[in-house]
Amino acid sequence: MSLSKDRISAIARKEFFHIIYDFRTLFIIFLMPVVQLIIFGYALNLEIQRVDMAVVDLARSTQSRKLVGQFSGSKFFRPFFYQGRLDDLEDLFKSREAKVAMVIPFDFERKLQNETSVQVQFLVDASDANAAILIRNYCNQVIMDYNENRGVKLPLPFDLRSTILFNPELKSSHFFVPGVIAMILIMISALLTSITISREKETGTMEQILVSPVRPLEIISGKVIPYIVLAFLDAAVILLVGLVVFKVPFKGSLFLLTGLTVLYILTALSLGLLISTQARTQQVAMMMALLITLLPTVMLSGLVFPIASMPKLLQYLTYLIPARYFLLIVRGIMLKGSVFSQLLGPCFFLALLTLILLGVSVKRFNMNLER
Amino acid sequence: MPEISVKTENLVRNFGSFVAVNQVNIEVYQKEIFGFLGANGAGKTTMIRMLCGLLKPSSGKATVGGLDVYRQSEQIKRSIGYMSQKFSLYEDLTVEENINFYGGIYDLNQKRIQKKRDEIFFSLGMGDYARTLTYDLPLGFKQRLALGCALLHDPRILFLDEPTSGVDPKARRDFWEIIHQTVALGTTIFVTTHFMEEAEYCHRVFIMDAGKIIALDTPTKLKNRYKKKSMQEVFVTLVEKQQEKKTNPMPDSNDKMS
Ligand SMILES: Nc1ncnc2c1ncn2[C@@H]1O[C@H](COP(=O)(O)OP(=O)(O)OP(=O)(O)O)[C@@H](O)[C@H]1O
Ligand SMILES: [Mg+2]
Repeated sequence: MSLSKDRISAIARKEFFHIIYDFRTLFIIFLMPVVQLIIFGYALNLEIQRVDMAVVDLARSTQSRKLVGQFSGSKFFRPFFYQGRLDDLEDLFKSREAKVAMVIPFDFERKLQNETSVQVQFLVDASDANAAILIRNYCNQVIMDYNENRGVKLPLPFDLRSTILFNPELKSSHFFVPGVIAMILIMISALLTSITISREKETGTMEQILVSPVRPLEIISGKVIPYIVLAFLDAAVILLVGLVVFKVPFKGSLFLLTGLTVLYILTALSLGLLISTQARTQQVAMMMALLITLLPTVMLSGLVFPIASMPKLLQYLTYLIPARYFLLIVRGIMLKGSVFSQLLGPCFFLALLTLILLGVSVKRFNMNLER
Repeated sequence: MPEISVKTENLVRNFGSFVAVNQVNIEVYQKEIFGFLGANGAGKTTMIRMLCGLLKPSSGKATVGGLDVYRQSEQIKRSIGYMSQKFSLYEDLTVEENINFYGGIYDLNQKRIQKKRDEIFFSLGMGDYARTLTYDLPLGFKQRLALGCALLHDPRILFLDEPTSGVDPKARRDFWEIIHQTVALGTTIFVTTHFMEEAEYCHRVFIMDAGKIIALDTPTKLKNRYKKKSMQEVFVTLVEKQQEKKTNPMPDSNDKMS
């Protein structure tokens, strides 16, 4: 029952020729991620600047004006004084005149001098959840600066420092470069494997292979190996663009990232394999692969929307999304310098997912032959 | 007593409640060209796929080269060649790459593949087409190249499913030329076709309708029995009779044969 290296390499070589002769696909594979990086990095710039901030200064004191000055001094905010009724603040959000409001209480000055803490109220328009989180973080940062200027070292009313810690400039590209790697890898791996296998079924060459002594596992390995290499090269290109063009920091071990990237590629390829056991034509395979990888990865992996702010049900669903784990891994290694022992959780889930997908698809592949 | 290459006993294949191959008994002898005729949907491809190990029979027995299709399909695969009804070369690869690939999956070494490649080019009179994309070959060449690929590993039994559909008469004759040469070397040929003139080239023909055998004999004997001049007429007569039986199901024992 041993697998033949020669037969696997015959299949892999053939598959390799398919890939290099198909310039168009090759072009897309290497160009698409760069385009996506640009879209995410520039066009979809989440680094919010000059956010309109309504200020209700009930204290009207020197200190409160200083606080407002701190906000206008930062490049994130454009404060203006709001004179209307407090109850109508909401209307400002509806009319998009402000995204955030700050209410400084009457007793601001007095409390500052006499008590250990004073509360300033922030109202954030959360109709765009991501922006809201960023704005909250910015507010937090400005308040910290303000406290520092006053020489106070006190705990803050809200403590979100961990979010900012590993991305001090709050650069969205730092989040998106790992995101694009995760998305592109799963897309091309799942898409290309499912297409290449269903193409052989569609054109009838699969039958020709199956009447030979080749074993199903040899077919699968041979077909998948070139795509592992291809996906890997693609990941390298994205990473390079990220490091050079977007100046994303790389704190951890490249070796670790390489190993875990291969694991993630295997997950994606197994998914592609599973799709190909289901799809009879290339067209169906393509639709299925895009449907299964693209939208869920964008929406549920934590790439765009933070998982913590999703409804509970969706949060459970995210456990099924391979990119979720890979994002933790890449962001961890690149931005935080995480080591393997800190990434055991996501690695375990990713490996488990791969084993399940691979097991089911190999079984289905064999079953389809006997039909 | 010639040696038996392929033998089936009450071979059946159902797709759901539909019976595609119904209680078929055949014996194919070594070095024989065994023609397999039948209208569209008669069950020819299904029959071949079962014998090649691509499809499990629903019931009945079948052996290929003395090997059991249920238990020994791995060994069967080494000794048979198959050319499927669908065109089965990679059109985006060169001629040479196709040959290398099919040689590779049959564990042939580089030297053997080289030798076979030269033989194929010679027999096709193709000159140096090695680096031509298969897509760019004329259909007749493609078909003969596919045949060459199916013969790379010198199979003892060759299954051809409508190998000449769509090619011109000249290319078809060239194709049959290779088939005759192959048989002369000791290979058994099991071939389905819709061309009645090709049926005349066969040693014996087997006519199937709706999954059942309706005739099995040498072309000469069949023509004599039905007093027809060509296999074309024999085939039409037989199928029409079969049709009549379906619309007017009278028990007619004279028609039973095999
Ligand atoms: N996988 C399948 N599932 C369901 N029905 C099938 C399947 N394969 C074949 N059939 C049916 O079995 C019957 C016989 O098909 P088969 O392909 O063997 O015919 P054929 O004699 O080769 O016809 P043709 O001359 O068109 O190639 C057809 O009615 C076909 O629809
Ligand atoms: Mg057929």
